Amino acid sequence: MIKEWLARGVIILGLVMMISIPAVNKWQQSQGVVMHARMAETGGWTPENLTAAVGKPLHLRLTSDDVTHGFAVGQLDQPAVDINPGEMTDITLVFTKPGKYTFYCTRWCSVNHWRMRGTIEVTDPLVRTEPARPPLYVTLGLNIDADHKASLTPAQMPSAWRGALLNQTVPEAYKSHNYYLSHTPVDLWLALRSEPSFDKLTDQDVWDLVAWIWQSNTSQEEVQAGKQLFTANCAACHGENGAGNGVFADQLAAGSGNAVTKQSMGEQTQKPVNFTDAPRMLSASPAHLQGKLIRGGMGTGMPSWGAIFTEDQTWALVAYLWTFQFQMEVNP
Amino acid sequence: MTRLQDTLWVDEIAPGSKVGRSSKRYSIPSRVNLYRIPWLHALLESRWPQFLVRALTLIGFVFTITTALFGSRVGSHNFAIIMVWIAWWTTLKLGFIPFGGRSWCSICPIPLPGDWLQNGGILVKSERKRGLNLRWPKSLRGSWLQSSGFLLIGLFSAVTLTDPHVTGWVLLALFTLAIGMSLVFEHRAFCSYICPIGGFSGIYAKSAPVEVRVVDKEICAKHGDKSCYQACPWGLYPLAMKDSSACGLCMECLRACPKDNLALNLRPYGSDLGRPPTSSRLDESWLALIMLGSALAFSAVFTGPWGWLKSSAFEIGSQAWLAYAAGFLVLNVLFLPALFTLCVWSWKKISHNSSPLRRLIVSQAQGLLPLGLMAWIAFTISFAFPKLNLVLGVLNDPFGWGWHLLNAASSSNSLDVSGFSPYLQVALLLVGVFWSASVTRKLTGSDGTHNSFPNIPVLAFYLVYSIVMVWLLVG
Repeated sequence: MIKEWLARGVIILGLVMMISIPAVNKWQQSQGVVMHARMAETGGWTPENLTAAVGKPLHLRLTSDDVTHGFAVGQLDQPAVDINPGEMTDITLVFTKPGKYTFYCTRWCSVNHWRMRGTIEVTDPLVRTEPARPPLYVTLGLNIDADHKASLTPAQMPSAWRGALLNQTVPEAYKSHNYYLSHTPVDLWLALRSEPSFDKLTDQDVWDLVAWIWQSNTSQEEVQAGKQLFTANCAACHGENGAGNGVFADQLAAGSGNAVTKQSMGEQTQKPVNFTDAPRMLSASPAHLQGKLIRGGMGTGMPSWGAIFTEDQTWALVAYLWTFQFQMEVNP
Repeated sequence: MTRLQDTLWVDEIAPGSKVGRSSKRYSIPSRVNLYRIPWLHALLESRWPQFLVRALTLIGFVFTITTALFGSRVGSHNFAIIMVWIAWWTTLKLGFIPFGGRSWCSICPIPLPGDWLQNGGILVKSERKRGLNLRWPKSLRGSWLQSSGFLLIGLFSAVTLTDPHVTGWVLLALFTLAIGMSLVFEHRAFCSYICPIGGFSGIYAKSAPVEVRVVDKEICAKHGDKSCYQACPWGLYPLAMKDSSACGLCMECLRACPKDNLALNLRPYGSDLGRPPTSSRLDESWLALIMLGSALAFSAVFTGPWGWLKSSAFEIGSQAWLAYAAGFLVLNVLFLPALFTLCVWSWKKISHNSSPLRRLIVSQAQGLLPLGLMAWIAFTISFAFPKLNLVLGVLNDPFGWGWHLLNAASSSNSLDVSGFSPYLQVALLLVGVFWSASVTRKLTGSDGTHNSFPNIPVLAFYLVYSIVMVWLLVG
């Protein structure tokens, strides 16, 4: 009979232990979710999908299994933290709005660094999430995948300062912010060139005017904010100087071969775009650049930033990108 | 062929061995009685080793349900999906069934709680037995329900095999059903008449190399207690067992026999096959055909290159799925049975066989078993082998919660079997065809006619089937 009770004990103990695992986990989760970071090639984030409720703090205990990673949540005003191998980094997030947030790695951990992403689904039983507004390039019906190359380019880099000094009265229609958002610098140059009042100006003068109008549509703070975002997120591939020669550029360029298999694997990449390339940049509108940025470049390796940057941040980045084409600083 | 128990020869007993038990020790040619190997005897006689394995599978089973319901919804990161449909399925198809017939049944966790409730105890039976102990309705006997259950699983398999929640609920439903049926009906009603795995394990057990059999019929005939029958959870009487399809290899009869007159035999493959049928029941023939049909269907859905087929199998309730379901059912319920009937019928005509067609179908369907078994093994190699690398990952982190039980990073390299698997699969199907053909040849002479005209239509059926299977698996 002792043996019988022993057998029953083994079964009951085993079953109780198995059934109690989810409950224990629930309790542990209230103490903090342990999240492991690994390079995207070896698994990325584990777990990669989290849930949270509005107003309830979400405790995360972050650790890395390989190299130093970073952690930040898109659309959230929370500074990024570093995650070091063998160490625990504690972070508490509080969400005020429901929605699907994207968290991502902020350290250039590998060429697939930008693939290290996960989501936090934040729910609020009372509030329904508002449907997202379509981005400008969609409203304008722009085809951001079409090839574009300006046939005319300035002889030297246009300068907003020189443009201002020309002391010309530009028609109001060209100075509006909506015009800026939806037109390319070449559009504006052609429009100004055809104005009879500017007949005396040289072609370069008109380019300087374009730079001046472009500059007046951005602010110093915006360009500064854009520069910071660029340095942290874009320079790894596009390079600090925007010339498309970041530290991962060569690896990305190497990924462009064997297009068929790589495309099917989602691994196809291209050499990063060179923002100092005038024909390319001057034939793109701010809406076009923002579209590329938020959607990402399909089959190029360009990540989609729509889930991570706020709208203001995307416009700030676009403003900064123009500094690779125009001299925006006001000379003393 | 040599029938069991037909030829007996006396085995000298060593002096000093147990007296009072069977004084004559019989053995049968081409059989090795594993129960006479001392250490194996000790392992099987004690209930503890089997209990511990069963406890492990039961606890593991409940753990699997827990991971399915509470773990990651990503199938490849969920313990339940990988362990049930990849690891267990592979072990079942490549290990338990070909080497042990129904051996999985002897440690299957699903009927255990019901068994224990019926017995009123785990290791010892007590007086406090629970359940109504009703007899299973005669009209529902046979493997009809098992076949239908297997078809039902087949209809939803694309989702069941990939969605952890669905897997969890299916396992839980089977578990509850098994316990419930133990409380209402006597013996292993669930295992014998409902469990689809039990169904096909049973028919393939006929070809497997193990059996539990009586050693000396005379001893049984003289023994009035029938302790083996009393002990059998399946309600079988070993002396009356004609083949291995119903025996769950639980070893209770071996433990119960006071005369030590039962053997766990190692036997040649296919020993139960090729004998004239003892009944004209079509249920097992249909099950054998369903197994062939679903191996074809699953190979097409899971390992084939057709995306539209995969997605129509996935989108349950959609028009595409209804078309897939209709196709799957027509293949298994109408097409293959009709084709096989046609083959047997034309052979009957050619060879002027006077036996009733129904009886010939039942008899000839035995030949489908080796081919079916080999087809399933071949399918499993394509289906499960490339995913076996995921097993380590889910052992390390069963719920997908970021655990590190094994302290191992999940390897991203899948097992590349494409180099050898085509050869292996072709070889397996060839073995299946030849083995099936040899069963058919044995049957040809034994079907009530001395005309041993070769059964070309049925042989053609095997050949065409295996060619289609090779085309699906190897391309």
